[in-house]
Amino acid sequence: MPEIGLNHFLIVSALLFSAGIGVVISRKNAIAVLCGVELILNAAALNFVAFNRYSTPDARLDGQIFTIFIIILAAAEAAVALAILLNLFQQTNTVDVDEADTMKE
Amino acid sequence: MDINMSTVMFFAFALLAVFPAFMVLFAKDIVRVAFWLLASLSGVAGLYIIMGADFLGLTQVLVYIGGILVLILFGIMMTSKDPLLKRARHVERSVVTGIVTGALVFAALAAVILGIGFESGKGRADGGATTTALGEALLTDYILPFEVVSVLLLFVLCGAAHVARRRKEGAHA
Repeated sequence: MPEIGLNHFLIVSALLFSAGIGVVISRKNAIAVLCGVELILNAAALNFVAFNRYSTPDARLDGQIFTIFIIILAAAEAAVALAILLNLFQQTNTVDVDEADTMKE
Repeated sequence: MDINMSTVMFFAFALLAVFPAFMVLFAKDIVRVAFWLLASLSGVAGLYIIMGADFLGLTQVLVYIGGILVLILFGIMMTSKDPLLKRARHVERSVVTGIVTGALVFAALAAVILGIGFESGKGRADGGATTTALGEALLTDYILPFEVVSVLLLFVLCGAAHVARRRKEGAHA
């Protein structure tokens, strides 16, 4: 069995990213689309941590710092997106992304 | 037995991250989508920990699983018309489009990753606990992004509370 290296983590991250893209494209419920976006953000963060672990020359932690910012931005994005979805649901009584095509009645 | 323990851990956590990610794509019930997402995020947290990013792994559990997942579940409950959250009767039309696009994206990414052939250097192989170093870096080299992101979170808090407020009676049904 080969030694686990950078490429293994990159492939896992690519799989997560593709699953997230598929979710964003195929789902109709806006909250499920949000789940897909979270998967994509996690794939990006996993890449940062993997490069930080396997190809940073000294003991710097820049990749992990970026991952912290990605997690913060994901939390902010989820909060705003859910607020918008609640607003949309109050106005149109649906969260189907195919039907949400008006910004203001 | 020359099977390395860290290899086994890697494949276990990678499976825990990737399989639920695809179940997020295929599951029909929206509540199950949220719980498959929880499993996938836990797998990513495990991958962080076996890469030596202990603080990030725990932050992932706290913020994603403790925060964002609960938020998503609240969103599901507050935006469901059907109180029983019944499964959809038919496969969504565009699921094939999603699968094909995802497969194409993965093929492109894998071709690039394997084509470049990144070398796994020694890196910071066994740096020990990272919390102290992360705290020092955040308050010295990264103090400006840290402050900016604090302000961003404040604005997001106010903005989300404003956008999601309940309308007055009769304004919009």
